[in-house]
Amino acid sequence: MSTLISAAGSSAPEIARPGPRLTVHPGYAVYAEGLVRHFGGRRAVDEVDLRIPAGEIYGFLGPNGAGKSTTVRMLCTLLAPTGGRALVAGYDVATQPGQVRLRIGVALQDAALDPRQTGIELLRLQGRLYGLSNRALARRMAELGDLIELGDALGRPIGTYSGGMKRRLDLAAALVHNPEIVFLDEPTTGLDPASRARVWTEIRRLNQQLGMTIFLTTQYLEEADELAHRVGIIDHGSIVAEGTPADLKRSVGADVIVARVDGDAAAARPAVEAAPGVRSVEAHGSELVIATGDGAAAISGVAVALAGGAVAVRDLTLRTPTLDDVFLELTGTHIERKNAQEDPS
Amino acid sequence: MTAATDTIAIPASGEVIRARPAGFGHDLTSIAGRALRAVPRDPAAVVPPVFIALFFFTVNIATLSKLTGRHPGFSYTAFEMATAILLGVTGVSRAPALVLDVQTGYLDRLLLTPVRRTAILIGHMAADVAVAAALTAPILILGAILGVRFGAGPLGVAAFVLLASLWSLAFAGFGYAIALKTGNPAAVNSTFLLFFPFLFLTSSYVPRGQLSGWLSTVAGFNPVTYLLGGLRSLVLGNGWQWSQLAQALAAIALVGMISMIMCFAALRGRVKRSSQA
Repeated sequence: MSTLISAAGSSAPEIARPGPRLTVHPGYAVYAEGLVRHFGGRRAVDEVDLRIPAGEIYGFLGPNGAGKSTTVRMLCTLLAPTGGRALVAGYDVATQPGQVRLRIGVALQDAALDPRQTGIELLRLQGRLYGLSNRALARRMAELGDLIELGDALGRPIGTYSGGMKRRLDLAAALVHNPEIVFLDEPTTGLDPASRARVWTEIRRLNQQLGMTIFLTTQYLEEADELAHRVGIIDHGSIVAEGTPADLKRSVGADVIVARVDGDAAAARPAVEAAPGVRSVEAHGSELVIATGDGAAAISGVAVALAGGAVAVRDLTLRTPTLDDVFLELTGTHIERKNAQEDPS
Repeated sequence: MTAATDTIAIPASGEVIRARPAGFGHDLTSIAGRALRAVPRDPAAVVPPVFIALFFFTVNIATLSKLTGRHPGFSYTAFEMATAILLGVTGVSRAPALVLDVQTGYLDRLLLTPVRRTAILIGHMAADVAVAAALTAPILILGAILGVRFGAGPLGVAAFVLLASLWSLAFAGFGYAIALKTGNPAAVNSTFLLFFPFLFLTSSYVPRGQLSGWLSTVAGFNPVTYLLGGLRSLVLGNGWQWSQLAQALAAIALVGMISMIMCFAALRGRVKRSSQA
């Protein structure tokens, strides 16, 4: 682990002198080494290392409570690291928070908006706090107005907005100063599919057209799969896997066979493991997830193994692996199942 | 999504807009502007204090002016106006709104920007001073209708408003301290507990010389006694009573110093807690 640094976020100067932009890790928009955050005795973030090149969409995937938001809050200077070190846009989050804040845009998980403010007032306030001139602000307002498609609603109190409108306004507020790096903490949680697709389109566009680095936390597998150039999977505060979605899925195998059975699937596991072409088998309740290099070739052997076993097969599915399969292989549980356990509602 | 909105407008000039530190004054006016714009949308924050002030002004005059009628040249209406003004402006602040910002996470939104942390607090306070000054208007107008004339002239009116506004700011510091310390709206409302001793254990309704023994002693230690003295000197006196005005300013400074120390300590604690939460 790297040198410990003190929780200096609060005691550092409000606007730290620029100081040198650290060049020890050039090209990284976000660089973290052994990042740690304790809450009392609980280690919420445990030795997280990040190397995110400029211009990348990085998906930070994990179930509720895995440490995603805590990591983001540290990288955004809202939370002081207990240990380790993080550089964002080349500046240290603990000792140069003012410089970091000038270069990042953040849309946190819960869009904290003042219901009595209008959309225009919020964007103007954000722009002014980032030191934009009236001319620059007017230009950005016009650009962002098109981006978020709120039209006349921008002049209405935010309290009258739908959830999707609030999300889009929050995204615009994060972008008003044209940041180098944008942190989006679960930007589509609670959105309907249409609004979610729209946010995805905008995220891609920001990255492709404006070259912004995007750090995206999500608990939605398809979101990480669709958007991210690379994905980091976090569980219990630690990154358990990292790579492109394709590489991560490939690590599970070319194909996945899912067998749902009556009774305990673990009883059928030994027989299936012995079937030809099977790379690994995970049993969870009444479900067997079988990784294989060639599903079409292996499925008949799996079916035969199951037929001769102690459980009755309800259905057998062949599909390509998902990030959930990666998560399952690494952590022994489905990410959605874990979310449901964390959030019984 | 329509084709028309499928592209982000990229500046034709190629000029890239980047953030820069805005400067303290800019931060302060931005925060104060937001706080001021919120006032008309939150009439519950300003209407009751004005109503209470006007109500007590009217009722106290009706109740007590006959008792004082035997003192020639003494206008109880003019005497009571200072009390009415303090009833109107004491405790008026955006501290409850700041609590809401803490609770909703809006404060975090502000803390994510390069805004100077002290500007968040001072910006709210600057708005409070403006609001307090505005709240004196209806009371001054009622006083004028009832025949109150300022011995210190038109500038005396301005000084009267200034003293009242500064007092409002000094008292508001306690509200902000509690708001930032607790993040609890009910706790902020508890500043009302300070309101009573400050405004009633003093010469609010009769001159200090008419107070009974223990109350006169207590009033001697109450800064509001000297504030009322300064305010009344502008109305009842002939010209400017500098010593009384100096005492009023000193009283405000004393209360303000205590409340500001408390609220800036609370701000430091809140920012630190936010980074360590």
